[in-house]
Amino acid sequence: MVSGIFHTSYESDMALRRTPAQKIRIALFILFILVFPFFADKYTLTLANQVAIATIGAIGINILTGYTGQISLGQGGFMAVGAYAAGLMTVRMGLPWWASIVIASFVTAAVGAVFGIPSLRLKGLYLAIATLAAQEIILWVVTHWKALTGGVEALVVPDPMLFGIRINSDFNFYWLAWALAGITALLTINLFRTHYGRAFIAIRDQDIAAEVMGIDLFRYKLLAFAISSFYVGLAGSLIAQYRSIVTWERFTIDVSVLYLAMIIIGGLGSVSGSLFGAAFMTLLPAFLTNAGRALRGVIPSITAIMPFIQQATFGLVIILFLILEPEGIKKLWEDTKDYFRLWPFSY
Amino acid sequence: MDLFIQLTLTGLTNGAILALAALGFVLIYKSSDVINFAQGEFLLIGAYVLFAMLVQFHLHWTIGLILTLVVAVGVGVAVERLVLRPLIGEPIISVIMATIGLSSLLRAIVSTIWGNQPRAFPPFIPSKPVHILGATVGADRLWAIAIAVVMLFLFNLFFTRSKEGIAMRAVADDQQAAMSMGISVKHIFAWAWSIAAATAAIGGALVANIVGVGPELAGFGLRVFPVVILGGLDSIPGAIVGGLIIGLLEAYVGGYLGMGLNQVISFIVLIIILMVRPYGLFGQEIIERV
Repeated sequence: MVSGIFHTSYESDMALRRTPAQKIRIALFILFILVFPFFADKYTLTLANQVAIATIGAIGINILTGYTGQISLGQGGFMAVGAYAAGLMTVRMGLPWWASIVIASFVTAAVGAVFGIPSLRLKGLYLAIATLAAQEIILWVVTHWKALTGGVEALVVPDPMLFGIRINSDFNFYWLAWALAGITALLTINLFRTHYGRAFIAIRDQDIAAEVMGIDLFRYKLLAFAISSFYVGLAGSLIAQYRSIVTWERFTIDVSVLYLAMIIIGGLGSVSGSLFGAAFMTLLPAFLTNAGRALRGVIPSITAIMPFIQQATFGLVIILFLILEPEGIKKLWEDTKDYFRLWPFSY
Repeated sequence: MDLFIQLTLTGLTNGAILALAALGFVLIYKSSDVINFAQGEFLLIGAYVLFAMLVQFHLHWTIGLILTLVVAVGVGVAVERLVLRPLIGEPIISVIMATIGLSSLLRAIVSTIWGNQPRAFPPFIPSKPVHILGATVGADRLWAIAIAVVMLFLFNLFFTRSKEGIAMRAVADDQQAAMSMGISVKHIFAWAWSIAAATAAIGGALVANIVGVGPELAGFGLRVFPVVILGGLDSIPGAIVGGLIIGLLEAYVGGYLGMGLNQVISFIVLIIILMVRPYGLFGQEIIERV
């Protein structure tokens, strides 16, 4: 008779996968990911690729906001840095795509660290406003530095090549995107088992206490900004490779808000929460579009107001989650698991 | 010199409208510590409701304006009651996200009712050109400044003379102490939100009168941040002075430097202010430092 999960040794507490059930679930999930593309049509594959990219970005912002407690409204800007850096290096310098993705991620990490400097003096809503300004400034530079970025014109990026295969179809890109998402998730889970990750969490919970315990706030906050921006830049550069086209409209403040919404709805400070949130926020508009298409016969005017319905649902979902389940989908998932684990005495 | 006067007048008008939007923002922050990302949508609602009153229901502008204010107050109270009150005591990121979600929801509702196309606004304020010191400016812009000044004067009266205004200042100062003096903090929050929505509605009506109504009016929501940070998040005179400074700055930079620099200059100022003097020109110096 189990009444919950209790660790009796440090090994089990530190383990990546803590219970046999968890191992089975992860195995099933990986199996699903591997088998899925052979049965999915093009549209579903597109969605799956978007989820993978969004997961990487959401994990990135979760490291900063969920784990370290630094609210950032500048992720759209950082993503633009990643996308343009990767795109420009492939187009202008002729670098192979994988090199451009890695370099672009490092460039974004550096830019993120620079805009993280205000976090040393500011926190909470002041930091949110400072990063909002960062977002606006980065986007302004992108649209006005015509010599470098081409301004408001779209930047066309050639398809990536891997082992002599041209990655131009959704099916090919699927493997790249999900492999990178898996690596990102694994690295992040492990990051929070090291002293760096623990320091981030300590800063979130009580920054002054963390400093008293010998955590150098300056160093660790900048590090959190850099690591977070690294993944956000990776997501941005993947968008550049996937879409084959980079335009500034893809990286507005709405994108920053979307990614914040993902981690709030998925679950702050959790890798699985990032995945849940990314999947939910990517699939919700697609679901609404399809529902609208199905209802077109009943309500003819629905196509015209579809964008507004999506926008309203977006706002409503955020508000309802904040009021009804502030800990997000991750908490719902855990409640469900607990219910079955404790059955028939679950209450 | 003509250009200078022209830019000054434009800057003052934009600044006056920014100040009106910032005023509501500061009021909410002052009384309830909530950063309202939906302030721009309040402007939008005000402009569109007045548009509906004048164009779709053919009302006289005085009645239309009064009804618009009633609607704005209703929206403000509803928002406070339904969205913000359940979140009292929640972490700051929840409150920020809730108002962001709210802004998205309100914008969608406005677009569903009135569509997404910009529309001409029936001028209820005369807009014929006036010549001042060799510069030409629409009379509606002068009216906007005048109305803003009157509003600010009324605000001042409200906060120093009326019972609600004094109670609001008490709540802003110390919620517990205010409660023990018999002030209903919930009522004060509702007051703050409805006044904020009403001032924003007036701001929205003024902008609409000058440039017409369209979804881009909501853009004022983000432009408010440099204003309130410059003036001080919790300072009403700061909102006014900040609004005018940012308005003038954007006008001069746009007029003399060009290159679209006016869109970003206020955010650069914002970062500098945050780094050097985070509490702004008139704000209280109780910012948390790390």
